Order: sequence, then C-alpha cells, then structure tokens
Amino acid sequence: MSTRLPKGGRLIDRSKSLSFTFSGQPLRGFAGDTLASALLGAGQTMVGRSFKYHRPRGIVASGAEEPNALVGLGRNARFEPDQRTTTTELFEGAETTSQNHWPSLKFDVGAINDKLYRLFPAGFYYKTFMFPRFAWKHVFEPIVRQSAGLGAVPKERDPDRYEQAYAYCDVLVAGGGVAGLAAALKAGRAGKRVIVLEQTPHWGGRAVVDGGQIDGLDAEAWVKDALQKLESMENVTLRNRTMAAGLHDHGYVIGYQSVGDTTPGDGRPRHRLWRIRAGLTITATGAIERPLSFAGNDIPGVMLASAVRDYLVNWAVSCGDRTVVVTNNDDAYRTALALLDAGLAVPAIIDARDMPAGPLVDEARRRGIKVMEGHGITRVLGKTNVTGVEICRQAGEGSVVKQIDCDCVAMSGGWSPVVHLWSHCGGKLTWDEAHAMFRPDTTRPPTGADGGPIAQPVGAANGHLRLSEIMDEAGIGAASDEEGPMAPVWLMPAGAPDALRFKAFLDYQNDVKVSDVQLAAREGYESVEHTKRYTTLGMATDQGKLSNINGLAILSDALGRPIPATGTTTFRPPYTPISFGAVTGEARGEIFQPLRRTPMHEWHEARGAHWEPVGLWRRPYCYPRSGESHRDAVNREITNTRTNVGLLDASTLGKIVVKGPDAGKFLDMLYTNMMSNLAVGKCRYGLMCNENGFLMDDGVVVRLSEDSWLCHTTSGGADRIHAWMEDWLQCEWWDWKVYTANLTEQYAQVAVVGPKARDLLEKLGGMDVSKEALPFMQYVEGTLAGIPARIFRISFSGELSYEIAVPASYGLALWEALNSEGAAFGAMPYGTEALHVMRAEKGFIMIGDETDGTVIPQDLNLNWAISKKKEDFLGKRAMERSHMTDPERWKLVGLETVDGSVLPDGVYAVAEGHNANGQRNVQGRVTSTYYSPTLKRGIAMGLVKHGPERTGEVIDFPGDNGAVHQARIVDPCFYDKDGEKQNV
Amino acid sequence: MLTLTCPYCGVTAEETELAPGGEAHLKRFGPGSSDEEFESYMFARKNPKGVHFERWRHANGCGKWFLAARCTATLEVFGTYSAQTKEPPADIIAAIKAKRPGWEGYK
Amino acid sequence: MRRYSMFAVAREALRFHAGWEKAWKSPEPKKRYDVIVVGAGGHGLATAYYLGKVHGITNVAVIEKGWLGGGNTGRNTTIIRSNYLQDPSAAIYEKARALYEDLSQDLNYNVMFSPRGLLMLGQTEHEVRGYKRTVYANNLQGVETRWIGPQEVKDLVPIINIDGPRYPVLGALYQERGGTARHDAVAWGYARACSNMGMDIIQQCEVTGIRTEGGQVVGVDTSKGSIDCGKLAIVVAGHSSVLAEMAGFRLPIESAALQAWVSEPIKPCMDVVVMANTVHGYMSQSDKGEMVIGGGTDGFNNYTQRGSWHHVEETTRALVETFPIISRLKMLRQWGGIVDMTGDRSPILSKTPVGNIFVNCGWGTGGFKSIPGSGFAMAELVAKGEPGPLAAEFGLNRFKEGRFIDESVAAGVAH
Repeated sequence: MSTRLPKGGRLIDRSKSLSFTFSGQPLRGFAGDTLASALLGAGQTMVGRSFKYHRPRGIVASGAEEPNALVGLGRNARFEPDQRTTTTELFEGAETTSQNHWPSLKFDVGAINDKLYRLFPAGFYYKTFMFPRFAWKHVFEPIVRQSAGLGAVPKERDPDRYEQAYAYCDVLVAGGGVAGLAAALKAGRAGKRVIVLEQTPHWGGRAVVDGGQIDGLDAEAWVKDALQKLESMENVTLRNRTMAAGLHDHGYVIGYQSVGDTTPGDGRPRHRLWRIRAGLTITATGAIERPLSFAGNDIPGVMLASAVRDYLVNWAVSCGDRTVVVTNNDDAYRTALALLDAGLAVPAIIDARDMPAGPLVDEARRRGIKVMEGHGITRVLGKTNVTGVEICRQAGEGSVVKQIDCDCVAMSGGWSPVVHLWSHCGGKLTWDEAHAMFRPDTTRPPTGADGGPIAQPVGAANGHLRLSEIMDEAGIGAASDEEGPMAPVWLMPAGAPDALRFKAFLDYQNDVKVSDVQLAAREGYESVEHTKRYTTLGMATDQGKLSNINGLAILSDALGRPIPATGTTTFRPPYTPISFGAVTGEARGEIFQPLRRTPMHEWHEARGAHWEPVGLWRRPYCYPRSGESHRDAVNREITNTRTNVGLLDASTLGKIVVKGPDAGKFLDMLYTNMMSNLAVGKCRYGLMCNENGFLMDDGVVVRLSEDSWLCHTTSGGADRIHAWMEDWLQCEWWDWKVYTANLTEQYAQVAVVGPKARDLLEKLGGMDVSKEALPFMQYVEGTLAGIPARIFRISFSGELSYEIAVPASYGLALWEALNSEGAAFGAMPYGTEALHVMRAEKGFIMIGDETDGTVIPQDLNLNWAISKKKEDFLGKRAMERSHMTDPERWKLVGLETVDGSVLPDGVYAVAEGHNANGQRNVQGRVTSTYYSPTLKRGIAMGLVKHGPERTGEVIDFPGDNGAVHQARIVDPCFYDKDGEKQNV
Repeated sequence: MLTLTCPYCGVTAEETELAPGGEAHLKRFGPGSSDEEFESYMFARKNPKGVHFERWRHANGCGKWFLAARCTATLEVFGTYSAQTKEPPADIIAAIKAKRPGWEGYK
Repeated sequence: MRRYSMFAVAREALRFHAGWEKAWKSPEPKKRYDVIVVGAGGHGLATAYYLGKVHGITNVAVIEKGWLGGGNTGRNTTIIRSNYLQDPSAAIYEKARALYEDLSQDLNYNVMFSPRGLLMLGQTEHEVRGYKRTVYANNLQGVETRWIGPQEVKDLVPIINIDGPRYPVLGALYQERGGTARHDAVAWGYARACSNMGMDIIQQCEVTGIRTEGGQVVGVDTSKGSIDCGKLAIVVAGHSSVLAEMAGFRLPIESAALQAWVSEPIKPCMDVVVMANTVHGYMSQSDKGEMVIGGGTDGFNNYTQRGSWHHVEETTRALVETFPIISRLKMLRQWGGIVDMTGDRSPILSKTPVGNIFVNCGWGTGGFKSIPGSGFAMAELVAKGEPGPLAAEFGLNRFKEGRFIDESVAAGVAH
C-alpha cells in the first residue's frame, strides 16, 4: 500500500497541511502535493474504473500522460469531470469523486463486463447488436452510452471567468526542464524576445528528480541559477503553470495557463488562454516513459518506474513497501536505487535483457538487489491492488519460474520523446533504432510563412535521453551518466499465449489489449489509423501518450513489417485537454458577440422594447405596453402610424457615401438601374445584384452633390456592401476615381411616418418640409429643432414620411424631441415588425423575405428598375443565362386567403402530381405573410409560377395537420394603390 | 492561423484581420461574352494543391485588397503584391521558382 | 463471407477470436476492370457497392491513395439529416437517410445508425421563417420534419439554454429520424461488402495519370502500374480538382478546411443533435460520451487538414452560450478535413467532358450524411451512362445555365 514517508519530498511543505475529500472520505495532504500524490500519500491506490470493462484503475504516471487517475473535481456549479489528478494541484477543501462506476468504486455492477471480457474484443459492436433493427437505437445504444462516458455531467452554468491574452516573441520555449532553460538562456543572451512556458508549477523537469551534475553544479542548483539569470533578462518572460497546447500554422502557439484553479471563487480568472505568435518554437517537451505489456499490467499498483521515483523524491510518497522493478533499460534502475535510498524494499529487478550492463546495473547489484536477467512478468497478481508477480523467462511462453510478493510494480519499457508540438503542423519523425522510439527528423521540420522551420526540438524531446547528451546539445558540460543499451520489448513474455495477451493492456483507459490490436491486424485493419479506430487505441483522454508506440509495435509485429513502415497516427492539438471556458474567454452572455447600439439604444431599452437581433445590432421589434401582447403592440403601432404619426429608429440602415468624378459611372455598374442621371437633391430606389444576377441589397440612393451620392443599404448589409464596393474599385476598376465611406454609425436616422408627420416636423421648426419645398423623393439639408439634419422624403410604408439623418451624437436629442413634441400628435415609436407589416401592405419587397439569394429582380416584377440603356452592370450578363430567362420562373404576386385568415410562414402552393423522385409538385410559395390591422385580414406576398397572369385564381397551400389554405392571387399592393397618402 | 504582410500598410497581419477573396487574376466577362466564358469566369477555379494566387483584403486593418502567392499544401507564402496587377509580377514568380524549382509556372 | 452476429462473436470467444477472417482483401490490381472507382472513401465504396448490388457490375476496382475511409469519412461529425430545402437536395439526402436506416442489416456490419433526432435552432425571426418554409417543403418532399417551440426544444435537450440574452431559442426545425452513425464503420462495412462481391479494394495506390483515347477514358496510371478500365468514376472529394486536371478539365470546386473537435467523455446528457446556425456551431454526443463539435469552414483554399484556430474559438463560444454546462468540459482533440465546395455549395454528380469519366464531388460539408444516396445515384449514373432522377439536377451543366441548387437560402450555413 502506498503511504507518505516521514521525511523528504522536494515539493511539499509539511508545515501546510491541506484537507480534501475523495468520494466523501476526508483525507489530508500537503501544500505542493498534486491530487495524485496526496491520494497516494493517503494510501488510496485505486482511484477509478476503466471505460469498457470497468476494471479497477490506479495511478500509473506522475504527469500529463496519466490515463487512469481522473476524478470529478468540485461540486455544483464548480464541478468538473475527468480532472487529471497527476497535474492538478492540491488545495484546501478540494472535493474529488471517483468516476465510471455504479453504485460505488469498490463494488461496481459494470465490472460484469470484465468477467465477460472474451465476448467484448475490439470492435465486437460492429459485428453484433444489429437485430432487430430498432434495437440499436432503443436498447443497445443506451446501454453502451450509459456504461461508457467517464465523468459525470456538470449541471449548472459555470460561475468562473476566463481570460484571453496575446503575446509575441522571437523564441518560444515549450518546457522548463534543463533543456528548455538552456535554450532560453542562449536565446535570451542573443537578445531575442523569449517566452518560456512550463506546464507544471515547477522548473527543472526530470533532472532535478534524478540528479546529476551540470556545469559543475547539482542539477537543482543549476536550475536555480538559470532561473535567476533568466529572470534578470528583460527580454525573457517565464510562465509556469502554462502549457503549450498546440503549435498552429505560421507559428501560432496556444498557451493554456492555470490561474485560479486552486483558489475557486476568488474572482481571478480560472484559466488564461494565450495566443502567442512565435518566430521559432523550441520544443523542450521532454520524454514519456512507456509501460510494458504483460498480463495484469493495469492492476492498481503497477506504475511507471519514473513515476514511482517522482512520487518518492518530489512528494515523499512511497507507492509500495515492496516494489518489483521490471524493465528493458537502465533508467529504471534509478527507481530501484532511489527506493533503497528511502529504505524501501526492492525484492527484484526483472530485466528482460539477457545481459544488462552499465554503471547503474552494477550499482544495483553492488547494493544487493537481485537482478533477474532475461526475465519477464507472466502476470501480476491481485485484484484491486498488486499482491505479487509471477516471473518467467522473457524468451518463453510464460511458464512461471518464481513468484514474488510485492505491492507495487515499477515498469519501464523505454522512453518516447514528446513530439506533439513538433508534429502538429507537419514536422516529420524518424525511427531511432537504438532507443526504439520516434524522434523528430530535424531535416523535415514544420514550416511557416517563409517556408523555414517554425519548430526546433531540444533535449529529450529531440531524442537525447541522458542528461549529458542534453547538455552537450546545449553546449554546456555535464557529468558522465553512461547507460547500457536498452532492448525493445513489446510483449512480455515474448511468446505470451492468448490467455495472457487478453489481459495485457496497451490503453488502460479504453481497455485496449495486445490481443485487440492483433485481432485488428488479423481482420485487415492494417493502417495504424484503422487499428486505432477499430480498437479505440489511443483515443482516450490521454490520447495515447502511453499506449500509441506499444500498440504500433504490436501491430507492426502482427503485420510483419518494421515499425517505421507502420507510422504513427496524427498528433492533434491540444497536448492535454483544455477547458472550453478558456477557449471561450470573456465572450459570453451579453457580450458573447459584439453588440452594436444605435444612439437611441438605451432609450428603447428603458421603454421595455422587445428586441430582435439584426446582425450584431438589436432593434426594437415592438414596444409592448403593460399587459399588451407583442401582437397587440404591433397592431397598435401600425394603426397609430397610419392614423397619427409613428417614429422608427432607422439608424441601423446602411449609409455609404460614394464620391468622385467617376462615382456616377461606378453606381451605374453597381445598381441595376441608372444612378448617374439622378438630379442633385433627388432620391431614387435602387437594386443591387451579385454577378450571378441574384438580388443582394436594395435601398434609396440620394444625390448629395454633383460628385457625391449617398447609398442607403439594408441594416444587415452595410458592411458587406461597402466591402463589395471596395472590391470592385480596388480589384477591377482601379483606374476609376471614386472614394467610398461607410458612415452608417456616423449618422442616426429616424423615420417620421404618418399623416401628422409634417405637423410634427413643423412644430420642431427650422426647416420647410412643405409639399412644395420638399416633394416626394427629394431631400433637403438644414437645421431641425436646432440640430443639423438631412431630411429625405421617402416612404417604406405608403404614408407621408420623412427620414431624418443627424450626426450620431444628436440622435438621442432628436429622438427625444420627436417623442416629446410628438405627444400632441399622438406620436409613438414603432418597431421592426410594424415596419414589415406596413411595407407588406404596400407590396414593397424586403431583401431576405422576398429574396433568398436565388431571386432575380425580374421575379419580383422589378423590370422597371433594370436599366435597358446600360451596356453593363453587375449581374446583367448572368440574367441572360437560359435559366434566368425561363418563362416558368415563379413571379411575385399578392395573396389573399379566401377566408381572411393569415397564411402560415413559408407554405408552398401545390400543383398536380409528383416528380420523378416522388416529391409533390409545387407551383409557388409564400414569401411574406402578416395580419394587416389596417385591412383587418391576412395579407401575403408570394412567388407563383406564371403568377401575375393568374390574378383572381385561387390556389392551395397545404398547412399543418392536413389543413389546406386557399388563397387568391391578387396585386401585391394591398393599400392605397394610387399612392395618395404618401404624396400629400 | 495564417499571417500575411499587407503590401499597402506594411503590417504583417493576423488572419483575423484579413478576409479571404478567392482566386486572383480572374478576367471578368460581362455582357457580350459567351456562356462558356461567363461560366468559366464565375465558377471554374484552379484550386491547385500547390502554388495558388489569391485575393485577400486587410479588412480589419487598412481596408485594402491585395494579392498573395501561397502554397495550399504547406501554407508557405511566397509574397504579397498589389491588387492592381493583371498577372503575378516578375519578382513573385522568381521567388516561387527559387523555392519550387519544379513549379510549372503561372498559367 | 462469414456473417457477423452475436452468435459468431460468442463462438469465436471460445477460441480467443482466432477464427475471424479479413474484413476485406487487399489484392494487387488486375490488368483491367469494367469500372475503376478512384477514392475509397464512403462515397467511392458506396458507389462500388451499389454498382454491384443494383446493377450487377462487379468487375470493379476501388483504388485509394491512402487507406480506405481515411479522408473525410473518418473525420466528420457523423451527422445524418435530410431536412434540405430544395427538391433535388431533399431527394438525394433523404434517399441516403432512408438507406442508412437499414444499412447495418444490408451490409451485415453495425454502422450504429442512431436516429436520435436532429434540431436546427431558430434564433432570429428570419431564421424561424426560413425553417418553417423548410418544414413545409419537406412535408411535400416526403421528408418528415416539423417545427417545434422553445419548450419542446428544452424538453428534448435539457442542457440547452433557451433564454440566452443575445439569441434566445425561438423554436427549432426538428427531424426526428435524423441522427448519427459510426463514421468509420460506414466505410468498413461497404468495403467488406464490396470485397465480398469480388471487387478489388486497392489501397496505397495513387493515381498519377488518366489515359484517354479519342476523348474516351481507357485507363489510369497508378503507383502500382497501369490499369485499364471501361469507365472511370472520380470520387475523391477535396482532391477532385487534382484528378480533373489529369483528365484535362476543370471543376467549379474549391478545397477548404473544415474543423471539428471533441470534449473529454462524460455520461449521457444529450440525446439529439443540435445545430445552431445563427451563432455557427453544432454539437452532438458520441456513444463514447464525447461532445462532438463543428462549426464553419475556413475561407481560403487549403489542403492541409488543419484549420484556423479562431474558428474554434468562435464556435466554442457559440456552444458554451447555447449549452452553458460545457464550459467546464475540456477540449480533447481538434482536427480538420478538406471539403470540396462548389459554386452553389451543392454536389456534382455528372458526366464530364471526357467520355466514360464520371465525377461525384462537391459535397462540401454534407458528405457523410449523403454517402448511401450518393453512392446509389452515382452507381446508376456510371452503370447507365446517364443520370437517373436522383442525380439529374446535379450535373455540371447547371453552372452554365444558372440553374443552381442553393441550400444556403434557408439558413446562413449548411452543414
């Protein structure tokens, strides 16, 4: 059983005891502990259950590669599933819960799967659960889903906040071990802007655990010295608790910083996401030890040899009283020696190599540890904790030569450089035969914008596993640390029979065994990607950090081809999982997207406007009064506008000034109709099409002066249309002398609409808005109520109507003046829905309703707005194509239900019969449909085949629940056809 | 996350400052062109796996359109240049040929 | 072929699964085939399968540059739906969806089709009107969808936030028989069935040239030598332009990256697929428990299978806003696929300027959901030399005529 030793521990502060709970059980640890070291220190070796077989799982590793020891952390709104205990710092009051079992960790019903393991090999679900057909969805899938899925589901909105920040540097060093620090020193001294990221709270990596001499100093002292030097350099930034999560194209690094994880609720951001643009990323990400594949290698108490050493040295935790070391390399001997140093028992080192030799091996022997050469483990004994191991000849089939009692197994299958960052953007790997590992092929680095390398590996991440090699690469001297050669061992024993291979785990979390990979190979899933996906190898939350190379070796062996020919799966970001909160940053709730506000926004808000999102704007849909439904409010607003006067905040309308000697020529290309011949002071409605001939925007164009025009666009279209104008001016007609400016936000605009509109403006005073002075479709400039203003006499409602544009800073003043002075005339604000209904009553089209990106002006009977005189305009050529001139195209009509009801939105008019695909033939559809309070009946517009020729005909629109709506084809203008109201 | 240098303002811009605009050097066909010419102008795209000439706008910057020669397989940028150019300038062509000796050339 | 069943698994369990045969054979190419399908993704394999099953053409090779199913088939978000607006799209996607219903039984390979239901949220008045239009269109097209209100949305997806301050959920377009399937299994199931019909699936075989005589295709050059064929079907998604170039024509296609990512696995909390197009994101939960997420396509040409990070942020924001509980989940893995986008964002199933060469491409973001329908229609086109009703509207000539099939009209984006 694991326990805390009475002394030692580099990282813990025994003066600060911290309390925490594990599945309700109160436990204690020390400041400096990880959750994992605290759990082990408290004797908790079993911490969870596996994904598929629900087998007991303990802590295997001491860092980011941990596949098993995931817990639920926190409670209620601060609950977080799948938290990796090996990288989570312990804090006072931490509440943790074990995962993936029911009803309890010790007794789990799902563990029945383990008993039936032979029925559930890799991919069994592809071969079964097919009958009866409905059973997958209704029976099998729910069972599979319930037993899979590791963590519990958070139930509440996250109360924490997250930050995002930018940084730029010449050199980013990912990893704060000795290789990273050496690289940072070198870059820092060369005057580069350097950022060093270290994922843990501590600097120095493995060297400070394993010891050794650098530049004449202890590793620990050298690290301290290096940090002091780096801290003194202004061009160097050190960030611990910050992981380089991904290296993206052109040197874009995502850094993930833990800020407030250990102090929940203190108001600081929980995480900070760094977006770093780095000239060169030095990957000093170290190496990860590989497990060995033997039966029962997943039983709690079987751990990586380096992890056993880490827990001992860093946290004074003994992972067991009696530890058997099993290895194929010299490094694991360091664990045995460290255990001896701590006074713990090492009954044997099982070394798969026939003749291990080297200083470490010699020392182990000298200190009396029994070294069993050429041996391996047949199987581990124990259920929820290791109780012993059976030993066999590695070269054989597992005949037990000896049994050793122990409560911990420290295994080492060699090391693999962490090549994730190197690989994210396409850095290639090469197979290192001597160490049986993939390491970066520095001749084929990931490349950036200039085609040069964007990453450079150093240290263990570059395949230098010994300290002396690492420091040699950095040009710094280090003491000799010779090791004998390792020998690749992918299966233990080499000739393990089925019964052993079915219990030799590769991927602990996903329960993928040696036998599963062999089955995949046998069934033809030969690509490493096939095997991964068929067996789920490497698809767990550790993304195969422990399992991939071992699995790949088994696959290669099964296919009889060398490991490099099999290749690896693709390394994808992030290196370890990062919170969605951090990815989201501060952009949530009200500021989830930028909010655009008109100058009158707060006024609307204060009056209880019901909002409608329009692009990034919010516009009042209506202004409901107390007790009033939205529908009633809209009807009231319409009736009041048509009887008295209504006020609309039209500030969101796009306003683009086009100016210059060639502005008229340019607008003639942009609009389907002629704009160059518009007289100064006049307004004209215009249509814009894209090069495909489809309507994209409309609005009133005003000629402000000889060389300048003001183009109104739809609310959502201003930015797009401005960009569109610039596109043509810069990329096609670059010799034309035209200047454009998008002034949408520089002006507030108010529509004053209704029979009493003129009375109201006259009351405000300052400008002559009489019929004579300001006829329909003209504009004047002046001072209205003391505010500089442009008044356009245009109408989208059919009423007497003025649109008044004032500098944005005057917008609220004008709006308030109109409301207060308007009270005497019954003025009321109205919203977008009233606007829509009133335009529909007049038969005016709305971009986005009557158009949907497939409609050409001719469909809407807007031929009058298409110039016949112009040789060219955008969309003209497209309109000549056969489908555009097809007489069968649907055309705009008005629709009146026979019974006066309102047609549902979006209904289609059916025709006789079905098409070749068995779909009902249709002959038209509704584009806009409203209740008209003016006409006290439903009105609609629609596109109907041969529509305008069929006036008076009644057609069928199938609705909901078998209802069929009958509507008569009529003129789209339902109200004041002669325009008498707007021309007063 | 690309970076491209805007040839107008000189800023090396993040992709988030930029708006992509598709293939560069398209010849516009308007009224009077054949159906085939017009279709080709509207839709036929080179879409090479390799050197691509394309349009970008420094939309959240100086607002100018510019052109770039970029490899769609490696994302290497060979150069950016004025949008007021009917075909790739000689220095861009030379820069590509220096990096990609086997490149077939602009066509 | 040995049939897969629970009994077969039980029988094999007794002997440690030693008796399973290869799911598909990996032969060397023959000298000639009646039909060569280039591309062993879902669409290519399905094309081959229905060539055999429906048209009796089995002297077929499916050749693949990499590994079968290694392209977009294996890197999408596995959504299946047919709630398309335009008639031709609704027809072919509904054919696909209907074939998915029985595909496991048809292929004797469990593709785990899970008709769990799919919601497309309406979050603006404009979007609501668009989806209501789609519902009415679907009802006439034989596609079962309906419009549901916000409360019913909440009942179906308890983790959703329908009262967001910016884009409250006003309702949803609901396709009850939409859902998901296990993407890799679709490719593997088709491959096994094709192999069983005697077709050759030739992996690690790159096409380097297309040979024609008198305007007709006669064969292909590959990294495994020359192979003659009567007909050639190019079904290579993002790489279509490259193959078309070899045959001497150009396609209205641009290749761009589309990204997806998954969370760490959690217990079941979401039983339907939800798409939120106004805010640009969609999410479902895999059977393993991961939240599977996707968003918008990058706007520039790209063949790297990596996308731009800012899309990940944008879409994650949208989904955290829509499903607040995911804020404390962690992103496990992020990747990209290369989608082939046409001028109207609808696919191409067409004859080409070269005789007996047929293309099936341009599925853009709709590739996975359409696999069986696409394969079915493509097989008919290849077998008969002329498109049947399902493929009729998807010809290349539509771009010249201006006869587009534009699905972006009902919603901002189509996934």
